Amino acid sequence: MDMWNWLEYAAWGLSIAFGLHMAVDWLKTDSTYSEDVLTSSREGELEAMAEEHKVKS
Amino acid sequence: MSSVDITSKTMDGMGPHGTKVGLLRVLGPAHVWALGVGIVLVGEYMGWNFAVGKGGAYAALIACWFAGILYSCVAMIDSEVTSTVASAGGQYTQAKHIIGPLMAFNVGLYLVFAYTMLEAANAITAGYLFYVVAQMTGHAGDLDQRPFIILVIMFLAWLNYRGVLATLTFNLVITAIAFVAILVLFLSTSGILGTGIMDHAALFEGHELPYGWIGVLAAMHFGLWYYLGIEGTTQAAEEVRSPARALPFGTLAGIMTLLIAATLTWYICSGVLPWEFLGDGVNGSVAPLFDTARLSGSTALVWLLGFGTLFATLASANGCINDASRAWFAMGRDKYLPGWFGAVHPKYRTPYRAIVFLVPIALIFALGAPLDQVITFSILSGLLGYTFMPLNIILFRRKWPLETIKRGYEHPFHPIPAITLLTLCAVTFFAVFLGYGTQLVAMIGFYIVVSLWFHFWRYRFVNRGAQFTMPWPKPRGY
Repeated sequence: MDMWNWLEYAAWGLSIAFGLHMAVDWLKTDSTYSEDVLTSSREGELEAMAEEHKVKS
Repeated sequence: MSSVDITSKTMDGMGPHGTKVGLLRVLGPAHVWALGVGIVLVGEYMGWNFAVGKGGAYAALIACWFAGILYSCVAMIDSEVTSTVASAGGQYTQAKHIIGPLMAFNVGLYLVFAYTMLEAANAITAGYLFYVVAQMTGHAGDLDQRPFIILVIMFLAWLNYRGVLATLTFNLVITAIAFVAILVLFLSTSGILGTGIMDHAALFEGHELPYGWIGVLAAMHFGLWYYLGIEGTTQAAEEVRSPARALPFGTLAGIMTLLIAATLTWYICSGVLPWEFLGDGVNGSVAPLFDTARLSGSTALVWLLGFGTLFATLASANGCINDASRAWFAMGRDKYLPGWFGAVHPKYRTPYRAIVFLVPIALIFALGAPLDQVITFSILSGLLGYTFMPLNIILFRRKWPLETIKRGYEHPFHPIPAITLLTLCAVTFFAVFLGYGTQLVAMIGFYIVVSLWFHFWRYRFVNRGAQFTMPWPKPRGY
């Protein structure tokens, strides 16, 4: 066992940790907030641009 | 909008049309630059040199500059349209507003596939880099690359999940280091600082164009590598503080950076490495800038370019996760895909479901598919996207001429850039057909099949009433 073997194990461990963190947070978020709130994002106009627009018919 | 509490720390009060939780507007032009250049710069560190193998060093330079023209057109056209249609989804949203749903669906898929495949290719490359470093440091036996490939994807997905500001600030730092590394290598090997090691005349003698002009044409395929992905800046559109200013600024600064980096890379490597070795990216020079640093005899340069290679790879994968998830999210939000994907994390303000969903797909390709096939699929999807852009800008200018809506940036000499881009895309399609004709036909067949599925089945679920969101006048002629 040299350093690289330990690094392989560390990489597996970190990968699992990052994956678990995302999965747990995902489940927690989905159970805490309603679907209406989570998917309420809507595409829209740009505030800065809208101020400068002179819309012609 | 007035019913939303704009002082709330948990709800997005700035969002339009009843948005309670939206993406966060926190990015500036430097982040846009980091997103675009970050995705691309790995192409300078590896991959572009296959163009040398196709037609020699001069062919690679010609391909570098013609591809540079192609991408300058892409950057200018994108800057104009996206400064006006500044929403997540980038070219997908542009297509939705300017052309129509079927084009938008296809463009959305081009984006997701191009970026997810590129992310997988970067993870494979990072795994390989760890393998090389292990060999160089005396590791006995073969290093298992899989844990490092998985770690790259999981770490960067986690970073993207946690927030866009940290993600793209990270990209800014590592991309800047990778770019500076190229400048330092140029200064060190060209003779400006210390003794130069370049000898272009001797290396080129008798090998100017080894396969003639057909070699130049074939080199165009890999010429794209110098710039592939700069169009990804548009995906940050819904998260920049000032889209009309930051997007054109970041994108155009990005293409200028890449034109410099690409030409310097060609100059450095072709002046040090013999073209036969440089052009063989599998058994010869896998990472030409790093190989040049090794030949310089400077340990500091070897370390700098070693980190530059790794950072460029990570920055590219990081930007790809950001872009693929925004495109997937935008398609979900419009119900082009299940609306479930259109969710935003209430705390981190990221499209968290899209980010997590694309992780296993990237892992499957990174662990189970050959690198060249993954890269080819990415290039072809990107090329289809570039072909859409000239049509997009021509229709945009025709339907909404300059005097009808204000742009953050107006690209010059229209329609010359659009026609140039379309012509160069046709040339590159032919070049790709020469080398990867089967994959090209298979992929076009795939997009035809999914288009039929969208037209006959999926379109009934699309949120048609909410599709056209920009406060524009009626298009001319309608």
